[in-house]
Amino acid sequence: MSEKPILSVKNLKTYFDVTKGLFSPKQIVKAVDDVSFDVYPNETFGLVGESGCGKSTLGRTIVKLYDPVEGSIEFKGQDIAKLKGKELKDFRKSMQMIFQDPYASLNPRMTVGEIIKEPMIIHNIYDNDEQREARVVELLKIVGLKPDHIRRYPAEFSGGQRQRIGIARALAVNPEFIVCDEPISALDVSIQAQVINLLKNIQKEMGLSYLFIAHDLSMVKHISDKIGVMYLGHMMECGPSNDVYHRPLHPYTTALLSAISIPDPDVAKAKSRIVLEGEIPSPINSPQGCAFCTRCSKATERCHKEKPQPIKVGNRLVSCFLYER
Amino acid sequence: MSLLEVKNLRTNFRTEQGKVQAVRDISFTLEQGEVLGIVGESGSGKSQSMYSIIGLLADNGEVESGDVIFDGKDISRKNFKNKKEYESFMAEIRGNTMAMIFQDPMTFLNPVLKIETQLVEPLLNHTKMTKAEARNRALELMRLVGIPSPEKRITQYPFEFSGGMRQRIVIAIALACSPKLIIADEPTTALDVTIQAQVLELIEELKNESDSAIIMITHDLGVVAKLCDRIAIMYGGKIVEIGTDREIFYEPKHPYTLGLLSCVANPEDYDEKELTPIPGSPPDLLNPPKGCPFVDRCAKAMKVCKVMEPSVKTFSKTHQCACWLNDSKAVRK
Repeated sequence: MSEKPILSVKNLKTYFDVTKGLFSPKQIVKAVDDVSFDVYPNETFGLVGESGCGKSTLGRTIVKLYDPVEGSIEFKGQDIAKLKGKELKDFRKSMQMIFQDPYASLNPRMTVGEIIKEPMIIHNIYDNDEQREARVVELLKIVGLKPDHIRRYPAEFSGGQRQRIGIARALAVNPEFIVCDEPISALDVSIQAQVINLLKNIQKEMGLSYLFIAHDLSMVKHISDKIGVMYLGHMMECGPSNDVYHRPLHPYTTALLSAISIPDPDVAKAKSRIVLEGEIPSPINSPQGCAFCTRCSKATERCHKEKPQPIKVGNRLVSCFLYER
Repeated sequence: MSLLEVKNLRTNFRTEQGKVQAVRDISFTLEQGEVLGIVGESGSGKSQSMYSIIGLLADNGEVESGDVIFDGKDISRKNFKNKKEYESFMAEIRGNTMAMIFQDPMTFLNPVLKIETQLVEPLLNHTKMTKAEARNRALELMRLVGIPSPEKRITQYPFEFSGGMRQRIVIAIALACSPKLIIADEPTTALDVTIQAQVLELIEELKNESDSAIIMITHDLGVVAKLCDRIAIMYGGKIVEIGTDREIFYEPKHPYTLGLLSCVANPEDYDEKELTPIPGSPPDLLNPPKGCPFVDRCAKAMKVCKVMEPSVKTFSKTHQCACWLNDSKAVRK
């Protein structure tokens, strides 16, 4: 792709200090450990992984809710760590977030109108309240709610409708990039498809880029152009979604994909799973070598000692010694 | 004779707003060794219908009418003089011939009791085993569900186990007395995909090795496709369609089943098909619609659907569906 990436993450590390007490040994959770990837304009980058793999932390570090320990995040060519004052405010305007839980992410004491208007007031986008109100009505229509919903409170809406309010709020400041952190996990199947289609249509009309974080692989594959697979803070494999799904390279991706249940009885009953033994190790004492070496069936001695670096295989990046030449 | 026969079951909940009709006239049968999937969205009554069968309804819930015939005996509440009698009868059955696996293993297990205590409890209650025999059986169960070094793990507390391991313990407790029927309420929803695969694998092994029947309550169509022999689709407190796995997935008759199938992405496809969501949201069971529960969201709704409940049409010995579209006498307007 000749185009410049809108978001470029390089060797990002986000650690948390979880040391208990004054004299205990230092304990560090390496939530995101040396992750790099690019997102191009108009593209959806899907991030998948099991709970505790650091995908949400990565999303939050990108919107600058957490500060990274090392590495850089470039948004439209600017390093976001160095942003201050007006530049930082502009960055926050162009980068918005949609949260997982539509019940916890909306203030129950504010009306829908107030919720959607708040970011406009903070960023001083419109001159007066009438203009803001007009924009709110417009946004409500875009996300498929009715204009008269403006005076209601979140409690009067169902989960799917609340998620639409969350999307309208994110769109209020005309962002260029939205981080969607598990936006559909809390919703029912028939409502999930509504929200996915809405996000896709908005992207087409407004030319947005998404970072789509989820653990539901089938939905991520459906919405994303590219997929990144995370495990224990590391990016194991990253590439175009059809390639990653149909020809996984990394042993973890292979196992993760084989664990998906296909909604088709003939295929599902014939499919044999690669059932991984054991559980994800704690990110406090992560393995010295490859993060996946403790559960990998193809692990060699080298995997236990050295950390594999991302290797380019075709149009993909894989962190595994198996593909080294 | 079927292992379980449910006839015209109705369950209501008293709330401040009024009577919520959670389960509205459902009937089905289950044979020995069969796996029945009950699929529906939240609020469709799938969990409450099963709680009505096993007698675990909340205090404000009550079974209004219907028969539940389990293993040749009518175990519905109305056959007992008072609540106490019913409770003591059900306590004999629960954990013995009928067991339940819950969604969240952390809230199911008692955090202050050792795994051993929780595993031997059903054995001591329902069988004549001595403590030592029960402990041996508990170790055997832990091995069966794939917990490494059971001798060491049996003395630990639930917090020392991971989510997947806890769910294995819950399954082991359910299996303790070799039940004839296991009701699993979203057993894998709280787990990660790779752990989910482990647990599903375990349930599949159990299905092949024992002749227990399993009722699997879930909203995940992938899980039912993998595990179930028959599938019942619930909507608005009713079973709108029931059939074998292939009948439901390949020849769905109800517009809701069809809608449900076309709003999940099949990752096997190369070209992403546009998902077709079902517009609107599920009906309010405080005031359930008079006719078909799906009428407000159905693209093929006719006049008759609004006013009259559709009759059940039989397509094969196993396949039934309640929809006016299948009735040639319905006025198509």
